[in-house]
Amino acid sequence: MNDTVLTPQQRTDQLEGIGCKRKRVEDVRFVQGKGNYVDDVKLPGMLYGDFVRSPYAHARVARIDTSKAEALPGVVAVLTAETLKTVNLAWMPTLAGDVQMVLADGKVLFQNQEVAFVVANDRYVAADAVELVEVEYEALPVNVDPLKAMTDAAPVIREDIKDKKEGAHGPRKHPNHIFSWQAGDKAAADAAFDNAEVTIKEFIPYPRVHPCPLETCQCVASFDKIKGELTLWGTFQAPHVIRTVASLISPLPEHKIHVIAPDIGGGFGNKVGAYPGYICAIVASIVTGLPVKWVEDRIENLSTTAFARDFFMTTELAATKDGRLTGLRCYTIADHGAFDACANATKWPAGLFSIISGSYDIPAAYCLVDGVYTNKAPGGVAYRCSFRVTEAAYAIERAMDIMAHKLGMDPAEFRMKNLIKAEQFPYTSAFGWQYDSGDYQTALKKAMETVGYTGLRAEQKAKQEAFKRGETRELMGIGVAFFTEIVGAGPSRACDILGIAMFDSAEIRIHPTGTGICRLGTKSQGQGHETTYAQIIATELGLAADGITVEEGNTDTAPYGLGTYGSRSTPVSGAATAMACRKIKAKAQMIAAYMLEVHDDDVEFDIDRFRVKGNPERFKTMKEIAWAAYHEVPPGMEPGLEAVNYYDPPNMTYPFGAYISVVDIDVDTGETKVRRFYALDDCGTRINPMIIEGQIHGGLTEAFAIAMGQEIHYDDDGNVTSASFLDYFLPTAVETPKWETDWTTTPSPHHPIGAKGVGESPNVGGVPCFSNAVNDAFAFLGASHISMPHDHWRTWEAAEKLGLHA
Amino acid sequence: MAKTRISLTVNGREVEELVEPRMLLIHFLREQLNLTGPHIGCETSHCGACTVDLDGKSVKSCTVFAVQANGADIVTIEGIAAADGTLHALQEGFREMHGLQCGFCTPGMITRGYRLLQENPNPSEEEIRVGISGNLCRCTGYQNIVKAIQYAAAKLAGATVQEAAE
Repeated sequence: MNDTVLTPQQRTDQLEGIGCKRKRVEDVRFVQGKGNYVDDVKLPGMLYGDFVRSPYAHARVARIDTSKAEALPGVVAVLTAETLKTVNLAWMPTLAGDVQMVLADGKVLFQNQEVAFVVANDRYVAADAVELVEVEYEALPVNVDPLKAMTDAAPVIREDIKDKKEGAHGPRKHPNHIFSWQAGDKAAADAAFDNAEVTIKEFIPYPRVHPCPLETCQCVASFDKIKGELTLWGTFQAPHVIRTVASLISPLPEHKIHVIAPDIGGGFGNKVGAYPGYICAIVASIVTGLPVKWVEDRIENLSTTAFARDFFMTTELAATKDGRLTGLRCYTIADHGAFDACANATKWPAGLFSIISGSYDIPAAYCLVDGVYTNKAPGGVAYRCSFRVTEAAYAIERAMDIMAHKLGMDPAEFRMKNLIKAEQFPYTSAFGWQYDSGDYQTALKKAMETVGYTGLRAEQKAKQEAFKRGETRELMGIGVAFFTEIVGAGPSRACDILGIAMFDSAEIRIHPTGTGICRLGTKSQGQGHETTYAQIIATELGLAADGITVEEGNTDTAPYGLGTYGSRSTPVSGAATAMACRKIKAKAQMIAAYMLEVHDDDVEFDIDRFRVKGNPERFKTMKEIAWAAYHEVPPGMEPGLEAVNYYDPPNMTYPFGAYISVVDIDVDTGETKVRRFYALDDCGTRINPMIIEGQIHGGLTEAFAIAMGQEIHYDDDGNVTSASFLDYFLPTAVETPKWETDWTTTPSPHHPIGAKGVGESPNVGGVPCFSNAVNDAFAFLGASHISMPHDHWRTWEAAEKLGLHA
Repeated sequence: MAKTRISLTVNGREVEELVEPRMLLIHFLREQLNLTGPHIGCETSHCGACTVDLDGKSVKSCTVFAVQANGADIVTIEGIAAADGTLHALQEGFREMHGLQCGFCTPGMITRGYRLLQENPNPSEEEIRVGISGNLCRCTGYQNIVKAIQYAAAKLAGATVQEAAE
């Protein structure tokens, strides 16, 4: 094909760059069953590890007898805390500044806690041996209620630190207290409430849930005794962080640890943390000299590695009689389980919770969070959100509805009145966050018009009248949510993990023939990074996306990165990719000018080439320039065409959206049908609209699951009663609603390509939208706040409490 | 543990192997035959990541013993494409309609769709949703999986395929 006959649009299209609905590169292997996930890794002589776990939520471990297990043919080793003490690994440091038992040391603190690690030559034999390990427990009193954790009667969970008055985040006021964290201006907020015309105060719990990717956590550790090197394959959302942590807690120097994250079967936060299984597999490989595989089963996954939420938020709003917000206060008890192993930026024990003022112009605000220990699993993660952002969005969006109801205003109208206005951006919130860009009113207006909001309210009104007359047993609820996220951690001045600044990076090499490779420290778990990073490069460099290999998940080849979570891949690594491209482009410009025998300033970039200004017939394509970079660079210039960029973002990004849902509730069965769900998202520049829509669908489905059914539930004895798919709600295609998606585009002014991140928005906005819809259905009957999950039972119970079954 | 000899057909190939009577079919396929396409997501028959086609039925291979498959004819995701490597309409449809993200449920989902379209070559959207309700997906929200199966149904029926995914 002769390039000169192509139109500019055709030249743009063939790059498949930013804005293209490019089909995914990764799918070719996945649809043929040729993905390479951790459990597919098979090494010669590989052993299998399996855990002995505690049936008790709180007990002393009086005796562990491993002799019968060790005598079983095929068993190679049984590790206990005593074994791990010989290598100083019975406990490990957590990302949150606490320590955590790897294997039970003296007592167990939650059900299914790891007690011993059996290693055998076959996974069936390992499971047999688990049954042969004898453990004697002496049961202790249990507390799984965070609201009782700081009472005198509460059992002390962490005897190892019971006398410590100072924790990783300041003073501790009770043996079960972890930290107090506050933000905002208490005096100003108190004054706003003292002078308020109207106030609301509501206890808004967000139950414990679990991210539950379809692939559980797993790893293969292979220690080479001769080289003294460890290779670790694992389900890691942040491979470099795992390498650094492994080096910090072991005698292995970091350059002798090779971490590989192959294809990952979903993460949603579950695969950010470092878990006892990884440590035990590593130690077992060092002890045995053979590779050791550890694969969680589903019960282990739901009950031990990670959890999310468990936030109990007493939320208050103050407003004028005509509906202008004047203040916000929130006091939260956060249940962190038995160890504070939350995977979040080290300085932020409550994550980014102070985004709780949401999308509204609230002049005075204050929040306080107390973290506590209970007899529940540790390892709090952000289930498809920036840490604690979905909790914040849920609290403010529920509170907005409650206030609107008290004021007698429509929830959408009340929001519209208080949304930050387009001309106020960049906007500094009462908590000090600098929102980068937004046009909230336009988004909400578009959402309301598209769904026919006024008509829906009229229909609801008619149905309410019919219900009161006894003509129907169905209630209609309309859910409105307007959310603002805070993602893309982060500026290194604000965010670090164990002291490592939260920048991210990209390394790009353009080959002589004009194809190339980009390596990054992020790690896709389904987001399609191999497809979308290449699109950024295609637009930035004018080289076809098809010619760019994107490689992640190898700590030896990728520049250091902090990983993929908190929607940070596009805001941070996407920016690094663009900036690395711009370094390459600057060099390409000099080469082009040299080839065209003009001054550097006399050429300009045009889609896929540099052309002489004012003379577009004279140009060099990027392909020609790539060849020249290895063939005839200007005198004094280094050959080659590659660059690396470490990008420290100047600010977070603030994606936002307006969601509206409609539900129909049968008051006699509690059955709730989602009639309609409309999601308008603004994620700034849209790299691949097809992938964005897919992310929204998936996030909304997770939001649906959380709002309508998910809960990791414990009984009073600390038994986890929802740790299998029989009890933990994952919607099938039958229950899952149909999604309507839409968008506006407000680019981020500080991001090189204006992108903000999108994958987590639907979870953040979706949960309050569903919950508001259910609550809205009952509000006209005088119902107080109905808590999630809104399963049929609880919804029926809400109707029962209102006397609707009489 | 004593082993039992089984012989069966897997993806058109005759296979004869020794297995422990307690070995699950999914482990036999993945570890003994190196067919790592089917995945393990729950081990309790709920998620369907391990779905394979056994004697013309979709089964969850995590709750079938390998010895129960003695004499059976099994198709896994590795056996769905044509012998010359041409992708099956379902495999093409999943890519065209963005019916997958992390890819972990995909082999089971496509293998289920393969049987569904033989049971019902022209399913309605509701029939597809019910037909795949034994297979969980955590990434896509199913909407594009439904479109992918519709795409394949249309293509297999020789119809012109509708517009691509958003």
